[in-house]
Amino acid sequence: MVEITLRVNGTACTGPAEARKTLADFLRDDLNLTGTHLGCEHGVCGACTVIVDGRAVRSCLMLAVQAAGSEVTTIEGLAPDGGLGVVQQAMWDSHSFQCGFCTPGMVMQAVAFLGDHPDAGEQQIREALSGNICRCTGYQSIIDGVLLAAKRSRGR
Amino acid sequence: MKLPPFDYEAPRTVSEAVELLAEHQDEASVLAGGQSLIPLLALRLAHPAVLIDINGIEELSGVSAADGWVAIGAMTRAYVAEESETVADALPLLAAALPLIGHEAIRSRGTIGGSLAHADPAAELPAVARALDAEFVVRAQSGERVVPAAEWFEGYLTTSRDPGELLVKVRFPAAGPGTGISFQEVARRHGDFAIVGLAVSLMVSEGSISDARLAFAGMSDVPVRAAEAEDLLVGERPSTELFDEAARRATDSVDPPADLHGSAEYRRKVAAALVRRGLRTAADNAGERQ
Repeated sequence: MVEITLRVNGTACTGPAEARKTLADFLRDDLNLTGTHLGCEHGVCGACTVIVDGRAVRSCLMLAVQAAGSEVTTIEGLAPDGGLGVVQQAMWDSHSFQCGFCTPGMVMQAVAFLGDHPDAGEQQIREALSGNICRCTGYQSIIDGVLLAAKRSRGR
Repeated sequence: MKLPPFDYEAPRTVSEAVELLAEHQDEASVLAGGQSLIPLLALRLAHPAVLIDINGIEELSGVSAADGWVAIGAMTRAYVAEESETVADALPLLAAALPLIGHEAIRSRGTIGGSLAHADPAAELPAVARALDAEFVVRAQSGERVVPAAEWFEGYLTTSRDPGELLVKVRFPAAGPGTGISFQEVARRHGDFAIVGLAVSLMVSEGSISDARLAFAGMSDVPVRAAEAEDLLVGERPSTELFDEAARRATDSVDPPADLHGSAEYRRKVAAALVRRGLRTAADNAGERQ
């Protein structure tokens, strides 16, 4: 066990982590942040995507001990007041989910991507979300939601 | 699945890492970006007794150019190389291949050295390294040695790295004037491993091809050069007929694998199309680099 400290959604969090524990399991089991979903647990589905030091990463492919000292944002951190962030609201308005399992990963990937590419068009958004699998929607409504979020963020 | 238990070491210097490798040899796995190794652990396909995490070794990251070569530290992450102006200026072939690696979140963590040491034959970077005759710098307790790309890739997920050695950096020759490049691939969706990939680098001087390099991904258990096509191209002027013949020669001599993504025959057809497309693109952009 190693004692690790990291900042999650703006708050310093400390806890013991076995070396083999992934960041995803640490967030879910130790910090009770169960909004980060685990689908495949081997880096294929994208459901566990979180933002670490400003970059989208798959939290099932990073050890918790590797996140020590990092700044992590999870789905719970996007709207601390209990409301919805811009991407979440736009995806709500666009019916971007059905069962909702992939949604946290989709949202985190979209937030990270739009942060770096505010002017992204449909093709770029499709490529940016290509690592996130959804088994319900057929993706169209997700793309619509992210496009709407991009448009709203640009203030048009 | 959850990862199997292992002892965890996080050295801060290359010497410490090499000391650990000398002690544990093939009982140890080196953890770089983790985008291939952690899935292997999760699927219980790898069971290292010790994981040597090199993420904290600062001297292993960075891109530097000197004497016509660009050296990329093994721990340099894919997105850092993708954003590097040195890479964009001096290594256009690598710059073209980087955005095709996995997905955004994979490139946030995945590293240049990790991909090349993992040696997946369908991955982009091994094909680029093979096309450009990159040099692999490995360090052991006994010292450093340099392995040419032609001797680095030994088989499926297998390199000539000794278990006591750490890949510290990879050197690529900088592109000269008249260099045209193209990285082509066909995959089921953006970010997937290529069914077939092709790295092309041509040098065109006074209207004729003076150097030609073609390396396939996904066509064998290692990245392979299309030597017969390269020999044909050198000394000739770019033309559709020449590129058609190069595509024929490049695909006559290969024996591609068959799997659920495509039959051997399909791979050969795709490869021929990529050779024609890649050569045309590279010949077209060769003129832009003076």
